[in-house]
Amino acid sequence: MLKINDLHASVEDKPILRGINLHVKPGEVHAIMGPNGSGKSTLASVIAGKEEYEVNKGDILLDGEDLEELSAEERAHKGVFLSFQYPVEIPGVSVTNFMKTAINETRKAKGLPDMPANEMLKLIREKSELLEIDRKFLSRSLNQGFSGGEKKRNEIFQMAMLEPKLAILDETDSGLDIDALRIVANGVNKLKSKDNAVIVITHYQRLLDYTVPDFVHVLHNGKIVKSGTKELAHELEAKGYDWIKEEVGA
Amino acid sequence: MSKYTEDDLREELKTKEYEYGFYTDIESDTFPIGLNEDVVIAISKKKNEPQWMTDWRLEAFKSWKEMTEPEWANVHYQKPDFQAIAYYSAPASVDPNKTLDDVDADLLAMYKKLGISVDEQKKMNNIAMDIVVDSVSVATTFKKTLSEKGILFMPISEAIQEHPELVKKYLGTVVPQKDNFYAALNSAVFSDGSFCYIPKGVRCPMELSTYFRINQANTGQFERTLVIADKGSYVSYLEGCTAPSRDENQLHAAVVELIALDDAEIKYSTVQNWFPGNAEGKGGVYNFVTKRGICEKNAKISWTQVETGSAVTWKYPSCILKGDNSIGEFYSIAVTNNYQQADTGTKMIHLGKNTKSTIISKGISAGKSQNSYRGLVQVSPRAENARNFSQCDSLLMGNECGAHTFPYIEVKNKSAQIEHEATTSKIGEDQIFYCNQRGIETEKAIALIVNGFSKDVLNKLPMEFAVEAQKLLEISLEGSVG
Repeated sequence: MLKINDLHASVEDKPILRGINLHVKPGEVHAIMGPNGSGKSTLASVIAGKEEYEVNKGDILLDGEDLEELSAEERAHKGVFLSFQYPVEIPGVSVTNFMKTAINETRKAKGLPDMPANEMLKLIREKSELLEIDRKFLSRSLNQGFSGGEKKRNEIFQMAMLEPKLAILDETDSGLDIDALRIVANGVNKLKSKDNAVIVITHYQRLLDYTVPDFVHVLHNGKIVKSGTKELAHELEAKGYDWIKEEVGA
Repeated sequence: MSKYTEDDLREELKTKEYEYGFYTDIESDTFPIGLNEDVVIAISKKKNEPQWMTDWRLEAFKSWKEMTEPEWANVHYQKPDFQAIAYYSAPASVDPNKTLDDVDADLLAMYKKLGISVDEQKKMNNIAMDIVVDSVSVATTFKKTLSEKGILFMPISEAIQEHPELVKKYLGTVVPQKDNFYAALNSAVFSDGSFCYIPKGVRCPMELSTYFRINQANTGQFERTLVIADKGSYVSYLEGCTAPSRDENQLHAAVVELIALDDAEIKYSTVQNWFPGNAEGKGGVYNFVTKRGICEKNAKISWTQVETGSAVTWKYPSCILKGDNSIGEFYSIAVTNNYQQADTGTKMIHLGKNTKSTIISKGISAGKSQNSYRGLVQVSPRAENARNFSQCDSLLMGNECGAHTFPYIEVKNKSAQIEHEATTSKIGEDQIFYCNQRGIETEKAIALIVNGFSKDVLNKLPMEFAVEAQKLLEISLEGSVG
């Protein structure tokens, strides 16, 4: 589904990604771990199409289609979803209104009419239950005054609503207490299917206890320096990242 | 819940140029340009006005001649040449004794284009409407229905003839002839406008609406609106404005006076969409308007305005809270784009005891525009327990525009409670990217963010107007983030 080949990317002429290779198949969960500044969030932003990031070399293919020329919203329409590490606030725009707009814009891009109100309502009800979200929460301004946990839960709620093909969770676990973590992880697990894929970007092992990855990759200095299975995550948890840095001679 | 979704809105917005910028070629009766005493007299004569009215105008003209154009506002423009403007222009086919059925077909076609087919308005929207084209009021609908309740709603020129006692009693009581330069000019040369009187204890059953349009080139529009809500009555009044796109600047200097007697309530809403000039800052309407209301005991006046048009705006809808327990409210959205300049706000003058005022101002600046909020909250020595809450928020788009806030607070009574909050924010690339990532393209994202920012004020508008206002916000900001 997702094929990243020798990807080099920079921001303001500063190279950050230096040759990433990653293949993700439908139904898989990949974890990307690594120390601060290794390029994890950059990778997420580059896949999502953030403009400040320039791809210098290599390509990103989604179902064989090169994403390079597509804008961020077009990538979203094709099923790329990014759960933000720091979700932004939009005062005066309710969660519901925001979701309605997002869904209908995506439908429009596909040549579909707006989702009928009753269908939308049903979808909202179903997905908010899944993530144990209070209905009152949905009428609040997007992310305004939300706690860290509420913001992250809201991100996963949006993911549930949009049903992406490829979901990238950028440090969704940071700032979550254990209950919120469980709810978020359960949500992700329930949304997993044989047709979609998830990339989990994280520092820590703990989300991976709930959402078990098929593959774990370690990112260091803009490159994937080690890949393995979930045991690798345990090893990292126990030993930290220094041994990997030594191993790759950085 | 509204059925009007944001996509309906988008559908309607396929052409985003100033869509009211057409000119209708209607034969018109226009005075030669220039202003002197004779012109003032001629306008008065044209209207068959009684002598007291002519004298009143002349008095105003005398004051105006002595006055100079104010310069304290944060706007820069080439001063109009007041001798290069025609002070009266009327569609020639208007007969003072007309009914709607007699209205010129071209005029009717023009209303249709404006989306205000008078017939439909009549039937569907339950809005009584007075339409002022250039200088004359051409159609007032629903007159009969209203008169059954004793409500008077008519062109002010007609009111001068038919209800001189009311006009004489109230005209100029809130905005005196020599109040300011533009008010004095208006008092001398106003040619029409709307008049409305709600009798004691009557709740006006429908929205009353005036639609102003400048059509002729080189004409000024000076309409005069007088709304009187007698004791215990209620009225909601709407005002909309458009003008054709022209290269030269056009002058609009209106005066609106509201009188809310004991226990009365007036809600006055404006959607102002005068031609703002083109993207290079050429043309556009100079909008120099004086709007003020007076509240007697327990009365309430609420101003709501959405200002998206005009090249230069100078406007401060105000409330004089004379009566005890009276309430003044001001809700405003002012959008400036390209080279537009707006200096707008309100004055809340607390004279009575336990008077309350609320000011919510939302300024949105884009392009190279300058947007200023200027407001005065004044509490007089005998205004015990006066309260004011002011909130002024500015939203900036891009790096070349400006937002300014000039709040003046004068308190002469220790029991007053005044709160002022102000914020300035910028639409961030992060916000846009967040929306993009959810499949929402940039223009739509901006519309969403701006609507969210303006929500507190949009909610105060009557439904039909809220939809139009939302649409206008989107049009006005088109292309403002590159």
